[in-house]
Amino acid sequence: MISGASNGATLESRPQPFAVNPGMRLRVEQASYAYAATDRSAPKFTLGPTSFEAQQRELLAILGPNASGKSTLLKLLAGVLKPLSGRIEVDGNEVGDLDMRVRAQRIALVQQESELLFPLRVWEYVLQGRYPYGRRLRFESAEDCLLAGNALSQVGADELRDRWMERLSGGEKQRVILARALAQQPALLLLDEPTQHLDIGGKVELLRRLRRLADENKYAVIVVTHELNLAAEFSDRIVLLHKGKSLRIGTPAEVYERELLEEVFQAPLEVEMRPSGRPRVILRGNH
Amino acid sequence: MRPLTPARIVATCGLLCGVLFVVVVFSLRMGAYPISLHNIVITLFRGAIGQRDEVPPDFWLVVFGLRLPRIALGILVGAALATAGAGFQALLRNPLADPYVLGLASGAALGAMLSLMVAPHTAGVIQAGAFIGAAATTGAVYFLGRRGGQLDSPTLLLAGIISASFLSAGIVFLSTTLSSRDQRGMGFWLMGDLATPPSVDLKWLYFILLVTLGCIYTTSSDLNLILTGEQEAGHLGVNVYRVKMVVYVAGSLLTGLAVSVGGTIGYVGLLVPHMMRLLFGTDYRLLIPTSAIGGGIIIVLADTLARTVVAPTELPVGAMTALAGAPVFIYLMKRRVR
Repeated sequence: MISGASNGATLESRPQPFAVNPGMRLRVEQASYAYAATDRSAPKFTLGPTSFEAQQRELLAILGPNASGKSTLLKLLAGVLKPLSGRIEVDGNEVGDLDMRVRAQRIALVQQESELLFPLRVWEYVLQGRYPYGRRLRFESAEDCLLAGNALSQVGADELRDRWMERLSGGEKQRVILARALAQQPALLLLDEPTQHLDIGGKVELLRRLRRLADENKYAVIVVTHELNLAAEFSDRIVLLHKGKSLRIGTPAEVYERELLEEVFQAPLEVEMRPSGRPRVILRGNH
Repeated sequence: MRPLTPARIVATCGLLCGVLFVVVVFSLRMGAYPISLHNIVITLFRGAIGQRDEVPPDFWLVVFGLRLPRIALGILVGAALATAGAGFQALLRNPLADPYVLGLASGAALGAMLSLMVAPHTAGVIQAGAFIGAAATTGAVYFLGRRGGQLDSPTLLLAGIISASFLSAGIVFLSTTLSSRDQRGMGFWLMGDLATPPSVDLKWLYFILLVTLGCIYTTSSDLNLILTGEQEAGHLGVNVYRVKMVVYVAGSLLTGLAVSVGGTIGYVGLLVPHMMRLLFGTDYRLLIPTSAIGGGIIIVLADTLARTVVAPTELPVGAMTALAGAPVFIYLMKRRVR
């Protein structure tokens, strides 16, 4: 009993587990990429040179219609793809050159999840986020469990801890996947269309949560989405992509221009400026 | 949260080793020559402390000369097949993967037979041929089982089944030309059989087994992540390509090793890892050692039944494992498709 109590005390007296990344900075400089069927054939899809920066506490949205290069850009940021030209740096280190484990300690990517082959408990899944910090075969420490538990709390999923992954609803699963990314203690959190399978309530809740994580955990959060209004409401800056080109980068008010959005999304739109300074997009009627 | 600890692995494996010991003693007891449990234990004990002269020569011959070598061979084959199955299930991301179902065992058998034709009296040539046969078949099935650049579960299984029947036809064809040179019949290569002692010293086979198991074990925590998704594992810092290469080579080695001395014994690689998952969970750090020991238990049990139920004749051990394994395969397939 006594040793247990003292253990608890030492764990609690540690510094806040998520405030460990002072001053992270993502710099994207003229990064480009091209997909081709073979090495010699003409590229099927090209992402033109793109440049922007992101810092801690910032929420950045990558916006664009389907096949505009959003996911390609996100994969470049995650280091899954290497840029054909240009540089992508996190704290001055080229992302593609980082050791895989070091990269996983700095960058977490949340994607649409793959099918699980065998049943897994939620806590086992979240503990996987601690993998980059262990050597091969290392067994999870008490600290890993503490951090995984904190991650679950941060996404409001404490009560899901002992549930089976395949029994979760879409929204619950999304939160658990996010918790695994938090357990990685990243400086940069990337999300690929996280709102896709959520209803409107779930979408708003998720973006609120991301906003809070950016502030509290000092993450730089980058979200790929095609939700115009949610992006306008919650993001600090927006990268607007169209056919593999970054058309405009700036605050929502700077990017949301009626003609520009109409051309990009091929729909009759109206942009209103709200008192908060954030724009709102509505569909223009036919009459 | 109850994360896996080394103590739990040791305790679980110790328990299974106890079960294995009981099964071994039971198997030593069964057979044409009657020998009591009491005498088996005494003979084993005397053998262990090196008092051969104290044991009646008949007992010594039956226990150490006949039954124990066959049991040791069975444990080797079972451990190799079960671990290979667990490895291939992760590598191919398919719960129905098994060295026999995917045709890898048939490839190993054909490789072994071809190597016997090329260099009949060279030590270890069967093992080398079986390894090459298993590795080549794994590669072929892996690429045939793809659809649109991705592994596709039904396509993979079909590719495996087609490969197995094609290679079995090759085995039947070759065994007609080989029978004069090698005493092992067609039944051995098609259904598996532990009655013929291997031409290579068991010590060396166990050495290869343990080294390969060690290699595959180093990837076990990586395999846990690969099971939840290859891309995700990559994002979490797993070198997916390296892990897959290790499992591919080790799995082929284990399959080749098992087939070279036991023929194509089916479904052990499917049955055992799933039993262990039900009992102890899906964590590969625990699943690999428990599958190895469990594979030994199952094969020793199956072989004991195979040589006693229709005594004085013997069934191939592969017939026993197929009787138990095929229904399990169907159950798993139904549950998956749903």
